[in-house]
Amino acid sequence: MKKNLLFSLFIAASIMVSTVSFRNIGPKPKVPVSVADNAGLTLPSGFSASMVAENIGRVRHIAVTKEGDIYAKLERAKNGKGILFLKDNNGKFQEQSGFGDYVGTGMRIHDGYLYGSSNTDVYRYKLNDKDEVENPDHPETIVTGLLDHGQHNSKSITFDNDGNIYVNVGAYSNSCQVNDRTPGSMGIPGCPILDSAGGIWQFKADKMNQHYGDGVHYATGLRNVVGLDWNQKENVLFVMQHGRDQLHDLFPQYYDTKTSSVLPAECMYEIHKGDNAGWPYIYYNQIEKKQILMPEYGGDGKKMADKKYLDPAMAFPGHMGPNDLLFYTGNQFPEKYKNGAFIAFHGSWNRSPEPQAGYFVVFVPFKDGKPTGKWEVFADGFAGKEVIMSPGKAEHRPCGLAQGPDGSLYVSDDVKGTIYKISYNN
Amino acid sequence: MNKIYIVGFSLIALGFVLTSGFKYSSVENSLIHSTFQQQRNPGEVVYKKYCISCHQADGGGVPNMSPPLIQTSYVLGDKVPLIKIVLNGLKNVDINDETYNNPMPALGSVLKDQQIADVLTYVRSSFGNKASAVTAGDVKKTRAEMKKKSE
Repeated sequence: MKKNLLFSLFIAASIMVSTVSFRNIGPKPKVPVSVADNAGLTLPSGFSASMVAENIGRVRHIAVTKEGDIYAKLERAKNGKGILFLKDNNGKFQEQSGFGDYVGTGMRIHDGYLYGSSNTDVYRYKLNDKDEVENPDHPETIVTGLLDHGQHNSKSITFDNDGNIYVNVGAYSNSCQVNDRTPGSMGIPGCPILDSAGGIWQFKADKMNQHYGDGVHYATGLRNVVGLDWNQKENVLFVMQHGRDQLHDLFPQYYDTKTSSVLPAECMYEIHKGDNAGWPYIYYNQIEKKQILMPEYGGDGKKMADKKYLDPAMAFPGHMGPNDLLFYTGNQFPEKYKNGAFIAFHGSWNRSPEPQAGYFVVFVPFKDGKPTGKWEVFADGFAGKEVIMSPGKAEHRPCGLAQGPDGSLYVSDDVKGTIYKISYNN
Repeated sequence: MNKIYIVGFSLIALGFVLTSGFKYSSVENSLIHSTFQQQRNPGEVVYKKYCISCHQADGGGVPNMSPPLIQTSYVLGDKVPLIKIVLNGLKNVDINDETYNNPMPALGSVLKDQQIADVLTYVRSSFGNKASAVTAGDVKKTRAEMKKKSE
């Protein structure tokens, strides 16, 4: 009895201490690392990395063919071309050709076609038996006329196994304020942005010239999704949301700079048709594990949401910018990576005056379609510096992920245009 | 038995001390921070409150999102267009051939003339910039001209 009392008091005290001291916890400690050069990256033991392409442009998403060649989508056209085709030449990839006169983010291979997205449309190119584009100047337009107001205009794409393509349309706003990003401006009632943005749309993967009306408004309340992938094991869509910015800038009465630097969470959602993740009415607080009412809609940093929106499958510290998601289906990496999720975190900007965070690739172990354990930093060091105060100082920023035919993981960088290949060799 | 309670309560106390210790230290830090801020350049104080997230502590901006305030005619050139950007905001404008996707809010109703003068003077003389100061009178005049135009 006495011992129990003592013990429980001790536990209570420890919990109180630990809750507070770990409140603003940043990235998790890394697993044991390998010591080789690895193109400047820090990796778990047994992995190695090399730069297989450098200075090719601002590469957003990438796709690797069954022959091991790479298609890279550019955010900024190079000689008027928005897609690069690179062929493996003894470990170094060389640019073969450029095509597609549009910039954008999406780049995936599906069912014998290369799909690429501009900031308004989705196109596809028929591939031959070597996965080379047959007719680079005449793509088929699959989806057209999606909104692009500058802000959050990436149209990332993924596919299910039933002939559908999923396209993100990001909200052209931070938090649906009457005056976007203006201190104290309140949210527009019944946020009108959500009718045509801030969600995921489903279209037919093989039908030409589809507009909004031809598609299914698959999920809503998602501020901006750049990374999304179909989980083949569970046959379901997963997305990574970029959470809202600037809680302190806009509502300093409720949030200090430290709190604002880690809130709200960057959320991973398992998405089913009809889901609503709650933007702009709520955000997710990953420390208290609660859905919180947005200050623009009457929140004060503490008030919980009165309506139940979708809870995240996993929540990460704020502002790290998840720009791609990939479920690993290869056989090269150790067993624990199979069917788990890799996430490329582009790196934060709105943590100032605190140091920025992200600029790494994370791994989340999965079992039966659910995350089983804590996330861990898989590849770090892209930024080239221990501490990044300002994103412009990062040498490289991870943006796209792809799996090679041999099970290697490819990571693109949209600062210098580097493509990294990460392999496991014991 | 008493001894156990003493130990138990002191553990609770320890918990509280440690818990609140962390809190107090952060409050203390922010107090020190704000006192320190008041002693600094008034333009820097405004910058740190309203501008730093997007334009960053080094004035370097955020690639593809918010433009840098370094070596640009927008900052170093004529004062009037610069004042107007702060008053009215700016959206989807290419600067030095770069695209920036995040809009700048209109701060005309958020900041007073003196605050705008202070922050622009700070920006025009920081991050390696060297350009003349902006006065509250300049801001007032620009506001009046804009009002006249809209009438």
